[in-house]
Amino acid sequence: MTKGHNPSTSTRRPDRAALFIAAVLAAIAGLIFWDVSRLAGAAGYSQVGPTTVPYAIACCLAALAVWTIFAAFRNDFPERERQEIAPVIWIVAGLAAQMLLLKVAGFSIATGILFALTARGFGKRKLWFSLPVGIALCFAVWVIFAKLLQLSLPAGPLEHLFF
Amino acid sequence: MATFDFLIQGLWVAAQPMNLLYALIGVTLGTAVGVLPGIGPALTVALLLPVTYQLDPAGSLIMFAGIYYGGMYGGSTTSILLNTPGESASIVTALEGNKMARAGRGGPALATAAIGSFVAGLIATLGLAFIAPYIVKLALVFGPREYFALMVLAFVTVSSAFGDSTLRGLTALFVGLALSVVGIDQLTGQARLSFGVPELLDGIEVTTLAVAMFAIGETLFIAAQGEKGPDKVEAVRGSVWMSKLDWARSWKPWLRGTLIGFPIGAMPAGGAEIGTFLSYAAEKKLAKHPEEFGHGAIEGVAGPEAANNASAAGTLVPLLTLGLPTTATAAIMLAGFQQYGLQPGPLLFATNPQLVWGLIASLLIANFMLLVLNLPLIGLWVKLLTIPKPWLYAGILLFATLGTIGANPSVYELGMLLAFGLLGYAMRVFGYPIAPVVVGLILGPLAEQQLRRALAISQGDISVLFTSPIAAVLLVIAAAALIVPLILRARGRGEVLSQLAANED
Repeated sequence: MTKGHNPSTSTRRPDRAALFIAAVLAAIAGLIFWDVSRLAGAAGYSQVGPTTVPYAIACCLAALAVWTIFAAFRNDFPERERQEIAPVIWIVAGLAAQMLLLKVAGFSIATGILFALTARGFGKRKLWFSLPVGIALCFAVWVIFAKLLQLSLPAGPLEHLFF
Repeated sequence: MATFDFLIQGLWVAAQPMNLLYALIGVTLGTAVGVLPGIGPALTVALLLPVTYQLDPAGSLIMFAGIYYGGMYGGSTTSILLNTPGESASIVTALEGNKMARAGRGGPALATAAIGSFVAGLIATLGLAFIAPYIVKLALVFGPREYFALMVLAFVTVSSAFGDSTLRGLTALFVGLALSVVGIDQLTGQARLSFGVPELLDGIEVTTLAVAMFAIGETLFIAAQGEKGPDKVEAVRGSVWMSKLDWARSWKPWLRGTLIGFPIGAMPAGGAEIGTFLSYAAEKKLAKHPEEFGHGAIEGVAGPEAANNASAAGTLVPLLTLGLPTTATAAIMLAGFQQYGLQPGPLLFATNPQLVWGLIASLLIANFMLLVLNLPLIGLWVKLLTIPKPWLYAGILLFATLGTIGANPSVYELGMLLAFGLLGYAMRVFGYPIAPVVVGLILGPLAEQQLRRALAISQGDISVLFTSPIAAVLLVIAAAALIVPLILRARGRGEVLSQLAANED
């Protein structure tokens, strides 16, 4: 035992996040087992049916979950950088707003809100500026893609005003 | 000389005015999106897929090929001027190219990258045209078990052979495979893992997953890093033309890079980045002035960049002849084929030769267009690099969601986009690779189909998978690709492999 050893590797507790990942993997494996077990009996005369591959995948996921637990106890996962949560929330809020408003408000307004909130997440605080810019940009995109390229983008009040 | 005839026919298809226009639009869009920092070719292709929805198959695939090649060109510009490679295959280019740009030699660096890409693209596309018919012939003797073995090999190389952890690579792969089971079983029509949700019966859309993982996951990840100060864009000073000395130092690396890159891309061995690293190492060894490496040696840009493009063309060999995507980009290209009900593979060469050869010929044309587009217009592309981050990522999300909405304007599809975006973000935080998920999702059903066919023929006898010599050899290689890196990592030699990490491309 030399004195220069790195204390963080020998005294750190198991990586909780990694244990959580292992749990999620095990849960997915369990979910597949549960769902596919309802299909049992459907296998053909060769014993190979729609359940074979899902079972194999579920077994592998379960094995990977066990492996992940070992990795968590050995602290095998790479160092994680500190994550800023606020920007992530802004952007997720933008995506959620777009998802919910798309049918009601149309493509331009819904996506304009996503645009502004994403810019907010990256530090553009002036929503009174980025929101109109976003909506105008999305409207231009809507004209190009919905009118020229015939893509079916939902229209809302703003689009109906012009077309 | 049948290949030659087919190629001429293909050129005739590709040279029709509308198809030329599609190719031009494709390379322009591909370059523009590829130049944007943080966007690699996989995402470029995924983002621009919806633009091609309304075209006929030939036109859309030609545009697609242009986007693919354009994205590769654009990526090198980013890595030279910004030092943030948009794709893992450009990491090496950034190594020397950015040093050159800082030393005021950005022009020649861009030029040698562009011309090298052109030379490599040209040779490799011709290589593709001449090799493809032979592989198609070989593929015709492949039965289900050989295909299955081939796919297992592709799974292993994409997920665990490279990158810094076998565990995380395999986990990503199996997440993709688990997602691929969702929906109606192709052979019996039974619903699996759909939990009574009607939208899940169709399975999970590859493009939705790819856009979510690459665009939304990446955006969230970048946003979560907080303010780190702006990246410095190196201005292109001086002429973009190369001096006589630059030419003399570049042409051999171009050819060597092509020779290294093409076979690596053509083998079902994943990523373009392996070729770029090998090429870099080779140039360093062969250079007359090895001490210049690390300070802006033009050979270090010319070789890897050629290798990068050559292996990009190389990945089209397994994709077109076997229907086997070995990179995330190729997986999305396969999704592009599938949206027209086309399944690449030996049959496509027989049933739709015009389409296949038109596509190959249009790659040649796209290559010429890119050379013309890139050298004189470089100033324009550089301007794209100066877009401030908030607007850039807001725009990326605008187009990412546009594609999904255009394919299927439903709240449900946007919900999937958000959910997979968060998954992609979490995977980035914990160091999981993204590409295996996409490849697993698209290749999973194909592999399952082949496995079940093989086992149905043998009436459930698993040993049949190993008794064909071709399948046995492929499985042994796959096992080696799984085990050898594990041993290397256990012995602490993992750094080399993690440098070769296949993340985006």
